[in-house]
Amino acid sequence: MDRIVIVGASSAGLAAAETLRREGYAGTITLVGDEPHPPYDRPPLSKEILSGAWTSDRLALRTSADLDALGLDTRYGRRAVRLDLHARSVHLSDGSEAGFDGLIVATGVRPRHLPGERAHVLRTVDDALALKDRIGPDRHLVVVGAGFLGAEAAAVARGLGARVTLLEPAPVPLAHAVGETVGQALSRAHLDHGVDLRTGTAVSEVTAQGVRLSDGSVVEADDVLVAIGSHPNTEWLEGSGLTVDNGLVCDEYSAAVGATGVYGAGDVASWHNPLFDTRMRIEHRTNATEQGMTAARNLLGAGRPFTPVPYFWSDQYDMKIRAFGYLRGHDEVRIVQGDLAERTFLAVYRTGDRLSGALSVGMPPKAINTWRQSIAVGAQWADAVSTAAA
Amino acid sequence: MHVEVDVPKCVASGQCVLLAPDVFDQRDEDGLVVLLDDNPAPELHDSVRESATVCPAAAIRLTES
Ligand SMILES: Cc1cc2nc3c(=O)[nH]c(=O)nc-3n(C[C@H](O)[C@H](O)[C@H](O)COP(=O)(O)OP(=O)(O)OC[C@H]3O[C@@H](n4cnc5c(N)ncnc54)[C@H](O)[C@@H]3O)c2cc1C
Ligand code: SF4
Repeated sequence: MDRIVIVGASSAGLAAAETLRREGYAGTITLVGDEPHPPYDRPPLSKEILSGAWTSDRLALRTSADLDALGLDTRYGRRAVRLDLHARSVHLSDGSEAGFDGLIVATGVRPRHLPGERAHVLRTVDDALALKDRIGPDRHLVVVGAGFLGAEAAAVARGLGARVTLLEPAPVPLAHAVGETVGQALSRAHLDHGVDLRTGTAVSEVTAQGVRLSDGSVVEADDVLVAIGSHPNTEWLEGSGLTVDNGLVCDEYSAAVGATGVYGAGDVASWHNPLFDTRMRIEHRTNATEQGMTAARNLLGAGRPFTPVPYFWSDQYDMKIRAFGYLRGHDEVRIVQGDLAERTFLAVYRTGDRLSGALSVGMPPKAINTWRQSIAVGAQWADAVSTAAA
Repeated sequence: MHVEVDVPKCVASGQCVLLAPDVFDQRDEDGLVVLLDDNPAPELHDSVRESATVCPAAAIRLTES
């Protein structure tokens, strides 16, 4: 193996490149990315960049010296448009090709849009800077979607003095992700901070004045941010023979199904996680790095299944939310420490007879770390909660 | 090997502590990283390099000598 192509020059792609070198791979690494920038970090976009606490030079994932030391053939500002598995070559938007022995697909996701006029989305540094320019006192921002991204943006916009309306189609924000009780408790923070949160409110289109709701009424706005989820960037894989179904379908080694020497990593990759015995596609920052590292090692022959305990964090107002595990589809939530109403608590999740997740708000991190260990070893719910109570 | 941490960037994920507990710790109150050893012994270098790659905030910087 002496030619490896990585498509997607962000967290997952960079972690893969760095790991290939650390494992002693000395061949060519071609890193293709359609953004013009070297790899940069996204979580600060809806936090420190939007609030103005950081300038965008803080976002670089590595210094240029560290990147140079990896000896990469970088192709920034170019999009992969087609994969030819037979010829083992990736066709790029500038007409060039990149041949490979091994391929890592790390093209991430892009925001979903609403019909109608253009609105803001928040995925790239350019998106964040454009939105930031429009937020301030005497401005009205309508945020469509009260998921983690919309909630963070609403919180920052309030902090900058803007009037914020947050529209969410579900009756309880984040209920599908963290459960109703926890979703309810987190969403009260918006009300306490003066956000006009309207749940059960579906938006049908963006108009020149604001947004039109499904009942036909219009909510006026100076700016609209659409934060209603994402699509995996897999169009370039169509017709290649790889299996695409809500992302690139991979096995428990993160290897793409239907090919040899092709791996998926990060937001774009769905894989079977043996620890939870479930197929998952995770849009969290730590997963992108960990899967990029695993993909690189397995491409070089390590043969290690990818069995992470997913982790995410979110900063909203003064709340630091942290969660480990796979909370989706849980059967029970139990508050084991703290107080929901004060938004300082530790919640644990049961799926079947297993402990599947833990989420904390405003708690010392060591409290949740012990639950993480239990999730990592596949602890039974009954054992985990009785040990904790003891 | 010289290790630096950019504490304001740290997001308290604890990944570094899991990998290299002799080199990194987290503050009790907010979970931010604490560097225990900025010049770790050679047998720790692999786990420190792994931590620097895995850190979800790119808050760990190494200078290899
Ligand atoms: C505003 C924001 C806030 C977030 N906050 C948090 C948080 O607090 N906590 C958390 O855990 N996670 C958070 N996330 C999620 C986290 O940033 C992602 O999980 C992570 O960036 C995924 O990395 P990735 O490398 O898989 O994909 P991406 O970062 O999406 O990178 C994929 C790259 O591939 C490029 N690309 C796509 N198609 C092609 C193509 N055909 N050819 C070439 N290049 C292509 C894309 O332009 C992009 O540069 C946040 C995300 C955003 C946008
Ligand atoms: S891995 Fe990075 S973000 Fe996580 S605790 Fe360590 S320094 Fe902080």
